[in-house]
Amino acid sequence: MGNDQHRSETTLRVNGKPHTLTVDHRRVLLDLLREDLDLTGAKKGCDHGQCGACTVLVDGRRVNSCLLFAVALDGCEVTTVEGLTGDAEEPHPLQRAFLERDAFQCGYCTPGQICSAAGMLAEAAAGHPSHVTDPATPPGTPVTLDRMEIRERLSGNLCRCGAYPRIAEAVEDVIE
Amino acid sequence: MTGTTGAPAERREGREKVGGTARYAAEFPLPGRVQAWPVPAAVARGRVTGIDTAAALAVPGVLDVLTHENAPRLAEPDDATLAVLQDPRVPHRGWFVALVVAETLEAARAGAAAVRVGYEAGKHDVVLTPSHPGLYVPEEASAGQPGVREQGDPDGAFENSAVRVDVAYRVPPLHNHPMEPHASTARWEDGRLLVHTSSQGAHTVRAVLAGLFGLPEERIVVTAEHVGGGFGSKGTPRPDVVLAAMAARHTGRPVTVAFPRRYLPAVVGHRAPTLHRLRLGADADGRLSCLTHEVTTHTSRVKEFVEHAAVPARIMYAAPHRRTLHRVAALDVPSPSWMRAPGEAPGMYALESAVDELAGELGMDPIELRVRNEPDVEPDSGRPFSSRHLAECLREGARRFGWDRRDPRPRSRRDGPLLLGTGVAAATYPVLVGPSTAEARALSDGTFAVRTDATDIGTGARTVLAQVAADALEVPLERVRIEVGSTELPSAPLAGGSSGTASWGWAVHEACARLTHRLAGHTGPLPLQGIDAHADTTGTADAESAYARHAFGAHFAEVAVDTASGEVRVARLLGVYAAGRILNARTARSQFVGGMTMGLGMALTEGSTMDAAFGDFVESDLASYHVPVHADVAEIEAHWLDEDDSRLNPMGSKGIGEIGIVGTAAAIGNAVHHATGVRFRELPLTPDRVLAGLPARGTS
Amino acid sequence: MKEFAYVRAGSVEEATTAYASHPGARYLAGGTNLVDLMKLGVETPAALVDVTRLPLDAVEELPDGGLRIGATVRNSDLAAHPLVRDRYPALSQAVLAGASGQLRNAATTGGNLLQRTRCPYFQDLSKPCNKREPGSGCGARDGVHRDHAVLGHSAHCIATHPSDMAVALAALDGRVELSGPDGARSVAAADFHRLPGDRPERDTEIRPGELITGVVLPAATAGLPSAYRKARDRASYAFALASVAVVLRLRDGVTDRVAIAFGALAHRPWRARRAEEALTGAAPTAAAFEHAVDLELSAARPLRDNGYKVPLARNLAVDVLSRLTDTALGRRAS
Repeated sequence: MGNDQHRSETTLRVNGKPHTLTVDHRRVLLDLLREDLDLTGAKKGCDHGQCGACTVLVDGRRVNSCLLFAVALDGCEVTTVEGLTGDAEEPHPLQRAFLERDAFQCGYCTPGQICSAAGMLAEAAAGHPSHVTDPATPPGTPVTLDRMEIRERLSGNLCRCGAYPRIAEAVEDVIE
Repeated sequence: MTGTTGAPAERREGREKVGGTARYAAEFPLPGRVQAWPVPAAVARGRVTGIDTAAALAVPGVLDVLTHENAPRLAEPDDATLAVLQDPRVPHRGWFVALVVAETLEAARAGAAAVRVGYEAGKHDVVLTPSHPGLYVPEEASAGQPGVREQGDPDGAFENSAVRVDVAYRVPPLHNHPMEPHASTARWEDGRLLVHTSSQGAHTVRAVLAGLFGLPEERIVVTAEHVGGGFGSKGTPRPDVVLAAMAARHTGRPVTVAFPRRYLPAVVGHRAPTLHRLRLGADADGRLSCLTHEVTTHTSRVKEFVEHAAVPARIMYAAPHRRTLHRVAALDVPSPSWMRAPGEAPGMYALESAVDELAGELGMDPIELRVRNEPDVEPDSGRPFSSRHLAECLREGARRFGWDRRDPRPRSRRDGPLLLGTGVAAATYPVLVGPSTAEARALSDGTFAVRTDATDIGTGARTVLAQVAADALEVPLERVRIEVGSTELPSAPLAGGSSGTASWGWAVHEACARLTHRLAGHTGPLPLQGIDAHADTTGTADAESAYARHAFGAHFAEVAVDTASGEVRVARLLGVYAAGRILNARTARSQFVGGMTMGLGMALTEGSTMDAAFGDFVESDLASYHVPVHADVAEIEAHWLDEDDSRLNPMGSKGIGEIGIVGTAAAIGNAVHHATGVRFRELPLTPDRVLAGLPARGTS
Repeated sequence: MKEFAYVRAGSVEEATTAYASHPGARYLAGGTNLVDLMKLGVETPAALVDVTRLPLDAVEELPDGGLRIGATVRNSDLAAHPLVRDRYPALSQAVLAGASGQLRNAATTGGNLLQRTRCPYFQDLSKPCNKREPGSGCGARDGVHRDHAVLGHSAHCIATHPSDMAVALAALDGRVELSGPDGARSVAAADFHRLPGDRPERDTEIRPGELITGVVLPAATAGLPSAYRKARDRASYAFALASVAVVLRLRDGVTDRVAIAFGALAHRPWRARRAEEALTGAAPTAAAFEHAVDLELSAARPLRDNGYKVPLARNLAVDVLSRLTDTALGRRAS
């Protein structure tokens, strides 16, 4: 369907594996993952960047996969919740901590929370400040993540079941 | 009971959920599966005069467009919101008038945008006011509660009371917004209808589909294995499952219908706005002689749903003279429906705020006032309570929260531009239970298979039922396998009214106890197929109780109010509950804390506005309808008292899924009053309202 | 969403050429707002010219001591950049006050400036909106407009601009650099967004085919004390009800240089020139701040349901001015 002007061949590495697909330009990364690759870990909660359930890592950075046209990601490395541990059998430390802390209920926001937390930990380690970071903190040094920092930095991931306190604890466990 | 129930067992489906392999209703990529996108009505009242589908059908990938002219005919449903695409009538804006089916999501969306609908629009009426001419007192409010109850002479008693509070509150429309939007995947195979749906009860969905499509139930399979939250909005089937089944029949393909988030407020139910008027009359010692709670709300033109917000006042406090009354007007608005603690959540916001106001008038501690008015029997019915430990919850909460350090004077604590305050409110939620069936089978490998069509919407039902089974079987938890979430399993009621664990658990307990008995009489190795036992609690679980059965709780909140911005932040929330026996400490805590979080949203951030000109909810997406985010939620503690109540069910449990939201908003509102000295009587407490209520920051 | 052609540009010239040769084209950067609006049907480009891989992703120090932020620098990288944090703290704070970590990782400097209003009537094709469909009317004026403009609105449009970043840029005297068919030019950030007047469909001064290539922060405001404050309905991940960016330098006990810009009050970041004028040379007292800000906000024309924005903006501005003063004078912030 459609003509060639509206489709392009795109290559992505997803969880370490290359995939070359001819994509409808309208296809966003979230739908590519879910519909084309059957990786349904990334969830569609709002489809408009308003809930964070679709969070994945693109080239190591957390993003809302519902707002990224797949065609624009040609050559990118995508990591989803299914691929956080690479080939390891054991869960990722964040996944383990979420289990231990009961940091989820319905589970629908959970993959996004976990991917977001993974991206967030890397951002803090790289010295990225947040809205609650003391402006006097010297730039370029890793940010210590207290509860307030964790909460602020994960605020792009809604959880309607209200697992927030448990999620913050789980992330804290991983930091320790 | 052995020690398995009560233990903090880890969620059984946890690995799948954290690993991203748990599949939800839209995530079944069946061969040939196609996608569908609905088209909402763009008028608030009227009828469709014509639908031009030519442009939509010309969109590459679009297979068909269903409208009231070509959609499969349905039998008339009990729930009129499910009669989709059956006639040209538009009862409210956002009502679906067409459904585009296409090979891909992109084509379906583009097709939906290309459908041209002509309307004949009538003048609509969508604004609820306390004096709306259409208001009437319904026979019944929701949950089968009487629309009105009156004892004594409330008006006379109020006039003669030494201390009086006569106040009005408003709770705006609220949206459930579970993280997983309503979705269903349906296919027809050899005259059978097979459905994956995001629902709180698969058997309920099957019964409704059977009626709508004129099929025997045994030719329908409904599964709801993982459900991304519901909070009442998936309690009964919503149009997604009907549309998916219609589209699958019409096109001969498996069809997924996943509602776009911004369409939910119009089609999956909402908590209706409630206007409250309360009159409390007491003597100088704080003993209530009069309590009236009158609630005004709206419903839609197609369905009468009356948020039963005056009902808690029938349960909470002793007062000889009382009136509890609902008024409702049918407007051209979307149909309201269940949302977490329907009735109790808005009702207790108003009642517990008014009680706080009375404490202020009396110069009395609000906990003491509540304890002083503890009833001996349920005030409205006169029945004894099976157990009631509200006073204990209040006392225990006060101890844990540090209530005795509180200066009761409003506006007595300040930290720079922040005004600090604390507040308390009580909580209540009824004990509901329904008949259920379950099956337990002992297998030759030493494990046990327990099966029932419970739904785990995030409550931990799988986990708790396995614990109940392990106890009844007197075996370690690891040896119990549990299957839930399908009509292929023994029938069970939906997850709603905080009744799931009690209803399913009762049947699971009975089946397992019977199996234990059978096994005790069995010698030698088990037969290949194992040995099983069934239970059906019809007649026992639903037997009328001589007791008034309710859970109770106490909520405490500490807030900071920014005098510059009017922003309110909750520093601390603490809840103490008396809810029977707690069956899993880990998942129970999550339920309580989750309810309190939603209560925090109700208090501070959540509110929807009916647009008078257009007739829809303006805050239709998650950027504008503000559910709390991580940063809104600081410390939340949930505790419970050991409550031993033998008049409930074999596990001794009360429901815990909803009580957390009840009273939380009042505790926060009362804390805001304590912080500021200003009583805000309309939720949510957003900066615009709070700033307008605070004294202006004068020129220094 | 209609089907569209896609072109990835490797240089600014390639981008502007591709734009010119594709009628109905739009530039695509982070996409956080454009993709959102395409899904809603508000934006219906026939082609997207992807500019995310243009060599505009650096923050560079200029010889005169200013800073150039490339148009495709991601919001999160902008906010974290040591030179931005050191020299233009209000800008870093403003960016961090907006959206979420995920969105800031995708959104770009140029895209942030070009984001559209979040007015619900603009986003809903079934309702009138003069910005989306000139001449169709304004649904918000008599509708639900708690979040809308109190300053500079017109009979045609009462929308606000949602950016936090743009507010800080306006206060910091930033300039927006553009490149288009007629060459390169720059526009003051404070003037880049327009007031609606009778042409609300035009958000900015950008001309057809022009591409934002970067934003320049002048040396003149480098290192000056500055701060950003925002009030919102929840603690994070919400658009502003009102916000303010302030730059304040004291010398010899008086206000030597001051810039104030408000967000969420108007169709553009609102540079408070009258207040600045009143404060320049004045002693930095609370009374002076209040007087000056009141003077500015006397121009406000609140609608039925958004009057709260006036005292809110006033309080925020006075508080930030006072805080910067306290810091400058070594007083403990109150």
